[in-house]
Amino acid sequence: MKKISVLLMSLFLLAGCGPAAGGPVGDGNKAEGDTIKIGMNMELSGDVSAYGTAEKEGITLAVEEINANGGVLGKKLELIEKDNKSENGESTSVAANLTSRSKVVAVVGSATSGATKASIPNMTRAAVPVITPSGTDDSITVFNGKVQEYAFRACFQDSFQGVILAKFATDNLKAKKVVIIGDNSSDYAIGLTKSFKKTYQGTVVKEETFTAGDKDFQAALTKIKDLDFDAIYLPGYYSEGGLIIKQARELGINQPIFGADGLGDEKLAEIAGNKNTSNIYYTGHFSDKAPATDKVQPFVAAFKKKYQKAPSAFSALAFDAIYMLKQAIETQQSADSKAIVEGLKKLKDFNGVTGVMTMDENHNPEKSAVVLGLTNGKETSAQPVNP
Amino acid sequence: MDGQLLVQQLVNGLFLGSIYALLALGYTMVYGIIKLINFAHGEIYMIGGFLGYFFINHLKLGFFPALILAMAGAAIVGVLIELLAYRPLRKSTRIAALITAIGVSFLLQNSMIYFFGPDKRSFPQAIKHVSYNFGFIQVSNIQLLILATAVILMIVLQLIIKKTKMGKAMRAVSVDADAAQLMGINVNRTISFTFALGSALAAAAGILIGLYYNSIDPMMGVVPGLKSFVAAVLGGIGIIPGAALGGFVIGLLETFTIAIGFSEYKDALVYALLIVILLIRPAGILGKNLKEKV
Amino acid sequence: MKKNLKYNALWLLFAVVIYGLIYLLYFTGVITPFTEYTLIMIGINIILALGLNLIIGFAGQFSLGHAGFMAIGAYSASILSIKFPTMGGFFLGILVGMVIAGIIALVVGLPTLRLKGDYLAIATLGISEIIRIVIINMGTLTNGPAGLFGIPPMVNWPLIFGFVAVVSLVIINYIRSGAGRATQAIREDEIAAESMGVNTTKYKVIAFIIGAVTASVAGALYASYIQTITPKDFGFMKSIDILIIVVFGGIGSVSGTFVAAIVLGILNMLLQDAGALRMIIYALALIVIMIYKPGGLLGTWEFSMKGFVTRVNKKEETADVSTKREKSN
Repeated sequence: MKKISVLLMSLFLLAGCGPAAGGPVGDGNKAEGDTIKIGMNMELSGDVSAYGTAEKEGITLAVEEINANGGVLGKKLELIEKDNKSENGESTSVAANLTSRSKVVAVVGSATSGATKASIPNMTRAAVPVITPSGTDDSITVFNGKVQEYAFRACFQDSFQGVILAKFATDNLKAKKVVIIGDNSSDYAIGLTKSFKKTYQGTVVKEETFTAGDKDFQAALTKIKDLDFDAIYLPGYYSEGGLIIKQARELGINQPIFGADGLGDEKLAEIAGNKNTSNIYYTGHFSDKAPATDKVQPFVAAFKKKYQKAPSAFSALAFDAIYMLKQAIETQQSADSKAIVEGLKKLKDFNGVTGVMTMDENHNPEKSAVVLGLTNGKETSAQPVNP
Repeated sequence: MDGQLLVQQLVNGLFLGSIYALLALGYTMVYGIIKLINFAHGEIYMIGGFLGYFFINHLKLGFFPALILAMAGAAIVGVLIELLAYRPLRKSTRIAALITAIGVSFLLQNSMIYFFGPDKRSFPQAIKHVSYNFGFIQVSNIQLLILATAVILMIVLQLIIKKTKMGKAMRAVSVDADAAQLMGINVNRTISFTFALGSALAAAAGILIGLYYNSIDPMMGVVPGLKSFVAAVLGGIGIIPGAALGGFVIGLLETFTIAIGFSEYKDALVYALLIVILLIRPAGILGKNLKEKV
Repeated sequence: MKKNLKYNALWLLFAVVIYGLIYLLYFTGVITPFTEYTLIMIGINIILALGLNLIIGFAGQFSLGHAGFMAIGAYSASILSIKFPTMGGFFLGILVGMVIAGIIALVVGLPTLRLKGDYLAIATLGISEIIRIVIINMGTLTNGPAGLFGIPPMVNWPLIFGFVAVVSLVIINYIRSGAGRATQAIREDEIAAESMGVNTTKYKVIAFIIGAVTASVAGALYASYIQTITPKDFGFMKSIDILIIVVFGGIGSVSGTFVAAIVLGILNMLLQDAGALRMIIYALALIVIMIYKPGGLLGTWEFSMKGFVTRVNKKEETADVSTKREKSN
């Protein structure tokens, strides 16, 4: 018995010293056949399926539009959709599935930073680029000081948003004292809180936290109600944001509330109640009140026609991501995965729905931000802010 | 922390507690009668919320009619679950019954997700929100409604248990099912009735919560379900006033935890409390200690 | 020992054959990064399910807290791997995870294993959740709810295979030993066992600790393969996933666990796109199995090498006898 255990142990120790997974294996996927295969790794079910679904809508619209206009390099785009169930482990598996089984040349995904990060190791191994429409965590593109060769994004980063919002608070809201009610259960919101605090010049009077999924904020709101502050900073997603806005207004807290792109969805006003959604501000990726480019209006019209509803920022970003891939392929005159990587790296003056973008050396797009204001649940102002 | 804030927080805790109390009552009744932790109870609560949403949103019913109908609907669901999943296992091991309960819970959750999508839905504001100020305490009409409904339902429950024949049958079966059967009580019917009652209460809690937070989703029953189980155990499992007491204690404890700044640990504290209670006084606050006979 | 040597050698041969088979599949490119995921997850699930089956199936203690111990292993290995990105660092992480999981299992197990049935289930569920919430709130050490990212990949399939082999050896030998029999006695009738002089607390806690430690190892392997972990990955759902494997395979059947882990792993891969429907199917299956076969699909059946060889020999014997008879006729 002992002998066998020793034998087995030595067997696996030897084996274990073999090469472990790491850098890219092979040359990536080539664009063979008469279609260009694009993979989609999205949260279509689970906690954050709302974002994934919104992005799927933007992606589908873009692919249909491009194919109706002749495709890219004469070939039609073929979209291969996969659901990562809002779980990181699934996202890893989906990335492997799309790159090795379906042999896509590029992947658009995911909607959240967590799922995107989970997919990067397998994307890197396959040498296939992944572009996330809304993953705003800084470490997606730059990790431990190194640029992730195969990861790109179409949106601005959390560090950027935090800076913008801090300036907005001081310059536009004239807020010298703020209360922060922050989501501490997602890296998205934690990053936003960190970068806001770093830049903000005024005083943070109190900081309360909540967890995604919470519904009752009475206790926290009661605590801050009678404090002296000018505005509330609310880094988080719209499902909790809407409830917080509602409960705050019902308690008689009428100071302006501002946050980042996670609040940007028509459900915010639906959850909070239109009357309560006044004096609310958040960074928007796009606005049809202050259209950043001439692409906005036709996009909004086409989206409304296809889906009978107005597009959210997430759909717009995903739409742009597909067109960014198109431009990358066209400038490189090749749809091989490695060529797309080069094309994305060199993306210049891309005219998108969410702004004019040029990819910087860290695979992040340089673009301007606009802070949208809501009154009675409707967009009534759009203030461009520069860092 | 000043006294006024403390009192306001306690008031908040009371309303949360009444929701937990309603749920805990269902747990305790079912456990009392068939010694099963109905894992799926949280899902009945969720279904109640969805039924209310459906009745108010799509059939345009008023709040109270929707409440009654949803309670009836959930009662039917509860009875069906007992009939199909639990009755066949009445003679099985506890582990088998518990695993089945877990299976039912998952089935309900994922069925709702599959058919209706995982998103949160906005529960319609069927009753307009009005704030009242009693001195320095602020309450909303909805909070008062929750408290009132919970208390009324609990009183009705006590009346049913103490004053009706079926109530007597329930008490008999929970003490000794075989003896009750020998006395001519239809055990199956009694158990079904118990499930119906418990489910109706859970559904009421679900609609009230939906109205209060204006939001329902298929996973909303998981954590409240667990916490109300803790409440039932805390108060004394199988003892009805105990469940109510346990519910309020848990609600207050949770609000208090948030108030003193440990909101991240509020769930952990409830679980820790469960373990402590099970180790120190498993019969619960109002419970009696029963020695196991060999 | 000599008699058993024959069977032990056969088992070793069996293991080597499987190893060779997998190697061949890799070599010929049948296994892609996608199917590799399934293969590795099957291996990790075997380790997890064996541990849980020891606790539930052999000791008769209904524990729903496996995910918590998996999390401990995952986080220990990740934190130490990130700090010391070498094989040594990873193994140190595994070791640290095992120790922490073992200590917590001991401290928590001693008082709670007094509870029975459903109470124990909920208590262990509570423990798992507490562990998870504590991990969320350990600040920069565990990076809170955002989890850890960029964990150095230290595992490949031979390593996982090796761990599966070692864990199986440990658990199977424990079950066959005197301690294992005492443990099973507790499952059959705790009071009778106690009155026969079996120290029930000791054996229950030991089983619990072994389960916790193996779960921790599995968690470490998982973290190193997936390279990102978040506290969300180790919730109640995870404990249920493993419970499903144990129940499908047979509560108290080691062979059943292997079969179930493999079958379910492949099913998961095939049903990947089915979303919530997959869970509905599993939930229904769970209920149906409990109603008609509460011991699990394979009950307590075990594949025995001895039985297999005996049956093969018997067939040869009867074949010999019949040919002899024909000859003599």
